[in-house]
Amino acid sequence: MDHKAGINPLWLFKMAWRDSRKNRSRLFLFISSMVLGIAALVAIYAVGDNLNRDIDAQAATLIGADLNLHSNKEPAKPARKLLDSLKAKSTDYAEEQSFASMVLFIKGQGTRLVQIRALEGDYTFYGQIESTPQRASKTFRTEKNVLVDRTLMLQYNAKVGDSVQIGKLNFNIAGTLDKAPGQSGFASTIAPSIFLPLQYLAKTGLIEKGSRISYNFYYKFPSTLNVDQMVTQLSKVFDKNDLDEDTISSKKASTGKSFADVTKFLSLVGFIALLLGCIGVASAVHIYVKEKMQSVAILRCLGLSSRQAFFIYLIQITVIGLLGAIAGSLLGTLIQQILPAVFKDFLPLEMSTRISWRAIEQGLLLGVLISFLFSLLPLISIRKVSPLNTIRISTEEQKTDKDIWRWLVYLLIIGFIACFARLQLHNWRETLIFTGSIVVGFGILYGVSALTIKLIRRFFPNAWSYIWRQGLSNLYRPNNQTTVLVLAIGLGTAFICTLFFVQSILIGRITLSTKENQANMIIFDIQPAQKAAVTKLTQGLGLPLIQEVPIVTIRLQEINGLTEADNKKDTANRYSNRAFNSELRVTFRDSLTSSEKIVAGKWQGIVKKGDTARVSLEQGYANRIRVGVGDKLLFNVQGVMIPAVVGSIRDVDWNRIQTNFRVLFPKGVLDDAPQFHVLVTRVPNAATSAEFQQKLVSAFPNVSIIDLALILNVVNQILDKIGFVIRFMAGFSIITGLIVLISSVLISKYQRMQESVLLRTLGASSKQVFLITAIEYLLLGAIAAFTGIMIALAGNWALARFTFDIPFSPDWLAVLVILVCISLLTSLIGVLNSRSVLNRPPLEILRKNN
Amino acid sequence: MFENIKVIRVSEILSVSSLNKSYTSAGTALSVLQDVNFTINQGSTVSIVGPSGSGKTTLLGLCAGLDRATSGSVKLNGITLDNLNEDERARIRNQYIGFIFQNFQLLPTLTAIENVMVPLELRGERNVKSRALALLDKVGLADRGHHYPTQLSGGEQQRVSLARAFSNSPKILFADEPTGNLDTETGHKVEKLLFDLNTDAGTTLIVVTHDLELAGKTSRIIRLKAGAILSDDLESVHYGS
Repeated sequence: MDHKAGINPLWLFKMAWRDSRKNRSRLFLFISSMVLGIAALVAIYAVGDNLNRDIDAQAATLIGADLNLHSNKEPAKPARKLLDSLKAKSTDYAEEQSFASMVLFIKGQGTRLVQIRALEGDYTFYGQIESTPQRASKTFRTEKNVLVDRTLMLQYNAKVGDSVQIGKLNFNIAGTLDKAPGQSGFASTIAPSIFLPLQYLAKTGLIEKGSRISYNFYYKFPSTLNVDQMVTQLSKVFDKNDLDEDTISSKKASTGKSFADVTKFLSLVGFIALLLGCIGVASAVHIYVKEKMQSVAILRCLGLSSRQAFFIYLIQITVIGLLGAIAGSLLGTLIQQILPAVFKDFLPLEMSTRISWRAIEQGLLLGVLISFLFSLLPLISIRKVSPLNTIRISTEEQKTDKDIWRWLVYLLIIGFIACFARLQLHNWRETLIFTGSIVVGFGILYGVSALTIKLIRRFFPNAWSYIWRQGLSNLYRPNNQTTVLVLAIGLGTAFICTLFFVQSILIGRITLSTKENQANMIIFDIQPAQKAAVTKLTQGLGLPLIQEVPIVTIRLQEINGLTEADNKKDTANRYSNRAFNSELRVTFRDSLTSSEKIVAGKWQGIVKKGDTARVSLEQGYANRIRVGVGDKLLFNVQGVMIPAVVGSIRDVDWNRIQTNFRVLFPKGVLDDAPQFHVLVTRVPNAATSAEFQQKLVSAFPNVSIIDLALILNVVNQILDKIGFVIRFMAGFSIITGLIVLISSVLISKYQRMQESVLLRTLGASSKQVFLITAIEYLLLGAIAAFTGIMIALAGNWALARFTFDIPFSPDWLAVLVILVCISLLTSLIGVLNSRSVLNRPPLEILRKNN
Repeated sequence: MFENIKVIRVSEILSVSSLNKSYTSAGTALSVLQDVNFTINQGSTVSIVGPSGSGKTTLLGLCAGLDRATSGSVKLNGITLDNLNEDERARIRNQYIGFIFQNFQLLPTLTAIENVMVPLELRGERNVKSRALALLDKVGLADRGHHYPTQLSGGEQQRVSLARAFSNSPKILFADEPTGNLDTETGHKVEKLLFDLNTDAGTTLIVVTHDLELAGKTSRIIRLKAGAILSDDLESVHYGS
């Protein structure tokens, strides 16, 4: 009989089914570690998938028109002509001027910097401005009415019908602005808007030369007109007239891209949860395979080949992996239903909760792939099981580190992580950093567990009491869980701590700015004629003049004779195109401030009449646009061309609360250019701040005030919201870590049962067995948590040092609390899972076990 | 002078020549078997006896293709096992060999009948249930086919093991201390069953034991001491004496 041909693949499935009979509940326990990771990813994928569809469906309401042309400059005659020609083609047209300004809520005398949006026409053409009452979104346009953002209404306890002073005019609040097209709840926290009719804007007196106004023109075209085609054709003309364009399709692309970044980040967070779960799967399969060695040896004795034995268990794990993936996908789909509530503040559109089959497919594929990959590592040892084990345990220990398959599986796993990261990040550098960090993190944790085992063996405290010695020796004896638990708990701890530290760094960075003697209020948009009066008012209240600088708005026209068009044509692309696109706010003075340091060239403070100005560029900016000392620049100062040479490069400390500039002119060039002034001061308390702001807004309605206390408050709110989303996603990792912990402890319980029962039979009291278990898991938890915290500290120190450039001073008390909590939690779970051994007579357990 | 004698050539089922086995343990080479030579004819019953540590189980493992010798050769049913890889030896085991172990070695997750079916299923044979049931019937366990090993007594487990050993109609059966884990009365029952089934099937039986009473029931006794053959009692026929 041809034995080789005789084996039916179906028999392998049948055998896998039979063999799993008495272990199914445990197999599900193994796989439970990955369920949450799959759930997190399916939920995020579904959100991404639905978001793409929602953006497609709601793109028109994001922009509210077929075409939005916008500029930071008031359109000149040719531009106006172009705008009018488009208006003639349109079926509907609207115009908006927006800028930041102070407003005063008359009733409560509260002042606040807001985004003024002065509107003319029937905008929006798609979707609507949502207000309470809804009719106010239409009626406010005809009278001296305004729509005020809900956050402002709540902050200043304002009611519909109250008055608000904007510039020189008082407006009646016609309604609460609930939602403007394309604006998320998040955006309204940062820059709350007030809508008013454009016809009253001039009378507010806020529009003066030098004011920073954004001009928007909205068009609705007949459906027969191909807007994208028209915009492509006119693109150069728009460019020439300093007009930027947004269409429904470009808005769709840009919105999609920004949310792709968010879902990308969140899916990486979810993936870490899944990887954590994979450690659980690998460790569980490892123990499972160990217990199955005898069965494999028997089957090998009866004629089963090593490959067939391998496949029997691979089938079991893959099928269980599929079931785990199905469970994860179902849970993910359920979680997806609540995610819109979590994300609502970040989204400018309504998010649907339909089931995403694509996300479920991805979850299933990922679940099967991951359970397959991570179980391969322990499963390959099945190939080495000798049939000799049926008559005696092999005397020669298998040397797995020389097995080429094992290294191949390691490579496969790293390759899989890299491929997954690449698919999310679309960038090899970030992919390498992500994969490298994971590998290094795992490496450190593995190294620490190996070192712990070695050190405990080497320096075993023989003089300690029996209970401590037993608890300690459990860390290195056969079937110990040290490596698995250190990996799972350590990685989870590192993750939790990183989130905690990053939040502290961000908040620390902001609060640093509010410390004593630092400036905390910036007043800008001060017109030259108002400068002296504002200074007098400030000093009159006893407030210091920390800085008072003129600001001129300019654009870069040429670099070494090359215009933007020339540079685009130049194949060498010597200078960054971005250099020509952005508007620059610059100042002029004869000396450097304490936050500036020349790193190349020579600073020139004054330029003689007729000489070319030697400007100073901030180091980062010079690098970005790729220019250096000696390069010739031509600036467009509101229509007047001014040549200059890069005279020096400066290093600027951006962390100081003061005005800092990318381009600094010497005195003698821009002195007569249209400009506004900025004044930086420090107010000692909230009462002085309110008094100062009220006096300023009443006397100079056009000036704007940045109150850092308010900014700090807003940033805290934003961080809270971001923190909630991150914590929500990190929650998957934390719970997965707990499941891995519980399942690892449960698995080790099976291993330790016999020994604990034997101890009890020999006369050990429940308390002694309890203490041995508690000590073992307390030590494990402490080692793992300590290593995880160290990894997080190192990572966050690097982040603070190299990215945020601030000193890293972690909250050591919080670190200690995390260390103690995780150690105690591990010990508690260990003891709780072993309680069946503690509370029952030994014979009962022995019988049950047999 | 021999022309009137009819020479009956009995075919060899197992041939062992110059067999050596040593292990490396804690860096020291440990010789377990030294220069072992013997042949066993088809249909015979042989016991390998000797004190603990004499190399009995190692010899059985090598003869059954469960392990590789350090040097020397093992030929089973005309096939030299020395150079076969593990999977090729697994095929040989499935086709020609049956096993009985001291600790029964039933698969704990399979029922009694499934345990008996496994060797046949591994051959890719179909409709094997009736044959497995017939074998269970022969060992008196037809009504216990759907019980798991943990639901059977030691004697019953060894009877299932016997049924499994004969299920693939082996040419040679290796039994490693088949009654070592059983009480005397149950042990005797299992022994009787083993020899009865063996006689019916005409299988070569090799029993490794230190139970001299059991060894006495075989047609030949090979005695081992410190890894070498002390005596090979080809002439002793004790069965029934």
